Amino acid sequence: MTYTAGTRQLTQVAAGAGQGRWLRLSTVLWRRPWARATLLLTPPLAWFLLVYVASLVVLLVTAFWSINPFTTNIDRTWSLANFQQIFTTPAYLSDIGQTVAMAAEVTVTDAIIAFPFAYFMARVAAPRTRTALFVAIMLPLWASYLAKVYSWVLIFTNNGFLDWVAGGLGLGHPQLIYTNWAVYAVFCYLWLPYMIIPVYGALERVPDSMIEASQDLGGRTWRTTRSVLLPLVLPGLVAGSIFTFSLTLGDYITPLLIGGTKANFIGNVIYTNIGIANNVPFAAAMALVPIVIMGLYLSGARALGAFEAL
Amino acid sequence: MIRIRQRSARPVRSASVIAAGIAALTLGVAACSSSTSTAPSGGATSAGGGGGSSATAQAGTSGLTVPTANLPVLQKVGKGEGQLNLIAWEGYLDPSWVKPFQQQTGCIVNAKYAGSSDEMVSLMKDGGGGQYDMVSSSGDADLRILYAGDAHPVNMALIPAAKDFFPAFQAPGFNTINGVHYGVSLQWGPNVLMYNTKDFPAAPTSWSVLYDPANKGKVTVPDNPIQIADAALYLEKTKPSLGITDPYELTQPQFQAAVALLTQQQPLVKKYWALASEEISDFQNGNVTLGAGWPYQVSTLKAAKFPIGSTVPAEGATGWADTWMLAAKAPHPNCAYMWMQYISTPQVQAKQAVTYGETPDNAKACAYMDKLQAGSCAEYHANAPASYLASISLWKTPLATCDNGQNDCVPYAQWVTAWNTQVK
Repeated sequence: MTYTAGTRQLTQVAAGAGQGRWLRLSTVLWRRPWARATLLLTPPLAWFLLVYVASLVVLLVTAFWSINPFTTNIDRTWSLANFQQIFTTPAYLSDIGQTVAMAAEVTVTDAIIAFPFAYFMARVAAPRTRTALFVAIMLPLWASYLAKVYSWVLIFTNNGFLDWVAGGLGLGHPQLIYTNWAVYAVFCYLWLPYMIIPVYGALERVPDSMIEASQDLGGRTWRTTRSVLLPLVLPGLVAGSIFTFSLTLGDYITPLLIGGTKANFIGNVIYTNIGIANNVPFAAAMALVPIVIMGLYLSGARALGAFEAL
Repeated sequence: MIRIRQRSARPVRSASVIAAGIAALTLGVAACSSSTSTAPSGGATSAGGGGGSSATAQAGTSGLTVPTANLPVLQKVGKGEGQLNLIAWEGYLDPSWVKPFQQQTGCIVNAKYAGSSDEMVSLMKDGGGGQYDMVSSSGDADLRILYAGDAHPVNMALIPAAKDFFPAFQAPGFNTINGVHYGVSLQWGPNVLMYNTKDFPAAPTSWSVLYDPANKGKVTVPDNPIQIADAALYLEKTKPSLGITDPYELTQPQFQAAVALLTQQQPLVKKYWALASEEISDFQNGNVTLGAGWPYQVSTLKAAKFPIGSTVPAEGATGWADTWMLAAKAPHPNCAYMWMQYISTPQVQAKQAVTYGETPDNAKACAYMDKLQAGSCAEYHANAPASYLASISLWKTPLATCDNGQNDCVPYAQWVTAWNTQVK
């Protein structure tokens, strides 16, 4: 009842015709909250559906098509041939296995490096040092991806920085360029910040009282770390691992630039099939593989409470 | 990564890597657009291959006709449309010859650079989509473009400069079918054996060095399925029992032998290069001392005073030959004909040959090349003795149909699969 009065009042104030229309509209929206919500949510929801969901659906559908191998025109006949090819060709299976193994190795390595680093930042360093360390972590994230990878090419290349240092120490020539070791090292470097930040966040949230309580009960450093700190930080570690794992799973540029003849990862297979064979349906089928792997990984991560730590 | 062809330039590969990254991110969108741009006429071509699901498996051209063969050709070059949209290899539209063309004809050239033969094939889908006029594609892509119905017949009478072309490029099989031309030949070049002269003071004379276990970890070869032809060419000369006569027309046993040779080579390879610039820096850094590459890399390394040698070995070599193909739906045909005439003249041919390090098709270009750069005519074999051309097996799309009329050759799609799943 009150809003009827309010409306009349507003209409009286708005003498101008143009203004009156806007006011009427605003009144309608004010009276009907669902209309307001629809209006506000439509653009982002449409964007989400159109750009994200629709493209995923198209990807899914395309994976069941094939191409005419000669003219590369798309043949819209439904078939499971692409998936059959992926799961019966030893080379593709080993590419998938190699990619998952690489992602796991990078994730574990980054977790091992990130934990003490984040611990120092969160619980030991003075505020000024902490800021400096934060900048040091964030700085590479602002630099171009390609510049970072190419600088590693310069480090690993024959007669490069690594050879120069190793030669000076009498260790010979490691010659890491174009090996999967080089790919591994660069991945660990590239994704480390994505691990440190969530682990830092989790460590910072652990109350001092918990650690003190553990020590009061006779827990030494190792025991406190293992039984108190690690369980509390685990969601942060898992959250960080989502980044390191998924980023490694999808990357193809680092293997391309720094990997050798054995650097065939899922991303490279996809890239090759789009770039050279123009076989988009097969690339789409292959692209579903990391999506499925990440789906499994994320449901596991959710069970471990990683999403609260993000 | 594999690019069918990207010689030259391509120092700025990183840009295309980024572009490819974006392309990968928008995979779904790409899938969407490529499915909608499928040429309706292209569907008719594959229908000849047989019924049902076997239609896709059969990649050959048996029963294939060029869908656009009977389109009427231009009879007289009219007034220019003021615009010309070209798909080209980077470096093929250098301002030094594009600017004079624009001044002469009033046709403004809009360049779209493609990084691979496959990109060119996709850009030309649906006859260039009514957007593109021409593409400077190579022999390995030409047949795919024209059998898909994306190229338009060309009236050679309107391109008098092409009369001076060497006979081999007057009506080559990669752009002329049943006497119908679908574009004008451009330039060509060999894939050469490159070696560091410090490590190989005695110049190698055979491709065998690339397959010799003694050179483990020193070798670089292109990351490209068409490399199978290089292995086949080598086997043609060293294993006559296989009976290979054309490295692009391989029967299943011949194909398997070539793939097996490359699989053996894999442990010797330090890097399959995708960018010309990659190969150049790998030679410079000493990551490799032997490899297969283009004259462009050789001349770049020589210019940098690097001890590089190159040769077309005793077995001969593979090579490329490019064509300016006319799009089926070219929106600016008059400007396109003006461009075909202009780019075929000896002066412009010479300029491109010297800039790019390749061999012109026009026999009269030699004198102009030496004027631009003394000795360049001989260096790039523009005085082309027929024996030199005969030693080069020019790239073409491997088809299921062999020249012998049989239908048992291995089509290109299988080359790609073998390269990705057996060799690498």
